[in-house]
Amino acid sequence: MDEKEMELLRILEKNGRLDTETIASMIEVKEEEVKKMIEKLEQECAILGYSTLINWAKVLTHQGVTAMIEVKVTPTRGVGFDHVAERIYRFPEVKALYLMSGAYDLSITVEGQTMMEISRFVSDKLSTLESVVSTTTHFVLKKYKHDGVIFQDKDDDDKRMMVTP
Amino acid sequence: MSTYEKNYIADHVNELKPSGIRKFFDLASKMENVISLGVGEPDFVTPWNVIEASYHSLERGYTAYTANAGLWELRKELSVFLEANYQVAYNPEDQLLVTVGASQAIDLACRAILNPGDEVIVIEPSFVSYVPTIRLAGGVPVIVEATEEHAFKVQAEQIEKAITSKTKALLICSPNNPTGAVLSKEEMEQISEVAKAHDLIVFSDEIYADLIYDEAFTSFASIPGMIERTILISGFSKAFAMTGWRLGYAAGPKSIVEAMTKIHQYTIMCASTMAQHGALEALRNGKGSVLEMKTSYRQRRNYVVKALQEMGLSCHLPGGAFYVFPSIKSTGLDSEAFAEALLEDQRVAVVPGNVFGESGEGYIRCSYATSMKQLTEAMKRMRRFMEKLK
Repeated sequence: MDEKEMELLRILEKNGRLDTETIASMIEVKEEEVKKMIEKLEQECAILGYSTLINWAKVLTHQGVTAMIEVKVTPTRGVGFDHVAERIYRFPEVKALYLMSGAYDLSITVEGQTMMEISRFVSDKLSTLESVVSTTTHFVLKKYKHDGVIFQDKDDDDKRMMVTP
Repeated sequence: MSTYEKNYIADHVNELKPSGIRKFFDLASKMENVISLGVGEPDFVTPWNVIEASYHSLERGYTAYTANAGLWELRKELSVFLEANYQVAYNPEDQLLVTVGASQAIDLACRAILNPGDEVIVIEPSFVSYVPTIRLAGGVPVIVEATEEHAFKVQAEQIEKAITSKTKALLICSPNNPTGAVLSKEEMEQISEVAKAHDLIVFSDEIYADLIYDEAFTSFASIPGMIERTILISGFSKAFAMTGWRLGYAAGPKSIVEAMTKIHQYTIMCASTMAQHGALEALRNGKGSVLEMKTSYRQRRNYVVKALQEMGLSCHLPGGAFYVFPSIKSTGLDSEAFAEALLEDQRVAVVPGNVFGESGEGYIRCSYATSMKQLTEAMKRMRRFMEKLK
């Protein structure tokens, strides 16, 4: 991957909505070139999609619960953890899944409408999988920071004086 | 004010002109919805590890004075930093002095060196405090103009022409505030020949050294034969986004740094202790943050220069700092009229170039140390303004 592509990815990672014309002038290439680079990176699946970071706590009508689940599993011969991982990440309520080093094997982030919904997912779907040995569920109480962004009003409030030498 | 109020102010202070920046500050701060490109400091907050290190020093009770020249650990780390980054070797024992911002280092350098009437060559457009600082130290500033024709870089011949029997020092700032111009190594070598031939001391303000975008930085002190006649002045404000911490430093020949330290010990005692502990962390673990900020500045610079050129303002690509200095001569307005009209009409604050010396007339300084979101809005407003002027 060349330097310009890296720079483009870093920019898009922070702001997926920046238009190609602006990006082109920031990294000193033609706009056409930026479009081509994005297309190529999409094809290579380096860029997988574009989403919006939403602070759902601000949306009063929204009700939702997030939980992080630590899972211990027995890996299967031949496919290791991948097989059980796929069995888990196929569930749409699973928002993130990582294989971890340390005290447990898989870390799952699950989102649901209610706590009941999440406990049902754990007891009915997750725990009953053959390779799953144990689970520990932690409910999220408050989001302070997600994907590098602090969930706070007016965090970009400029504290500088208007004109300085 | 009472008509009987006596003027107790010393003559040489009375004679100082108030800074033109002040007027714009007053105008802009009374208005709503202003986007300011007039700020001469980073838009980033100091990296968290630096803030945290300073907290931690307070928690451990480091609240007393430090050595006059600054914390020993900080001077040692600085000497390592200067050697690794700029290839200049300074002994932390007696060749480094930690100051209250680079501004104090310039003041100390002037006061340590200048006898009444000694001349200092200043390259304009320049930072607003050089001329007053030299005057307050009893020196006489002699202005040499860096023009757009040479991309705002002073030519060695120009300096040579300005030298008289009273010239004692030369003040250089590269990368430059307000033009963003960066002197190449060759240009520095040519200037250094003049300095050596006329036995001049060089005050090299290198505060923007780490914010340079197209080439490697060359310190004036690293030019052969210059370390013994250069006072390297820099600080933490710009690279580490620490303006409010007020922490800078000077490095130079032992005798000069000792003289500066003597004045410093009587007038200031030492720079702020908690700021020095923060700076230590900045030097040790701040490189990543500096690089990240630098990348962001470079991208914004590219964006702003292109946007200004597209709206019809001629603008050279500045090599460093975070300012662009476009010409507004094509509009027929002078710098102040342009800046005032832009502020009134579109609520964008810029600094008129004449604030930085007469040779800045016909230009404006736009700082791109502000978010892309603000910059795109500012460029949109400036485009509208330029359309109206046509």
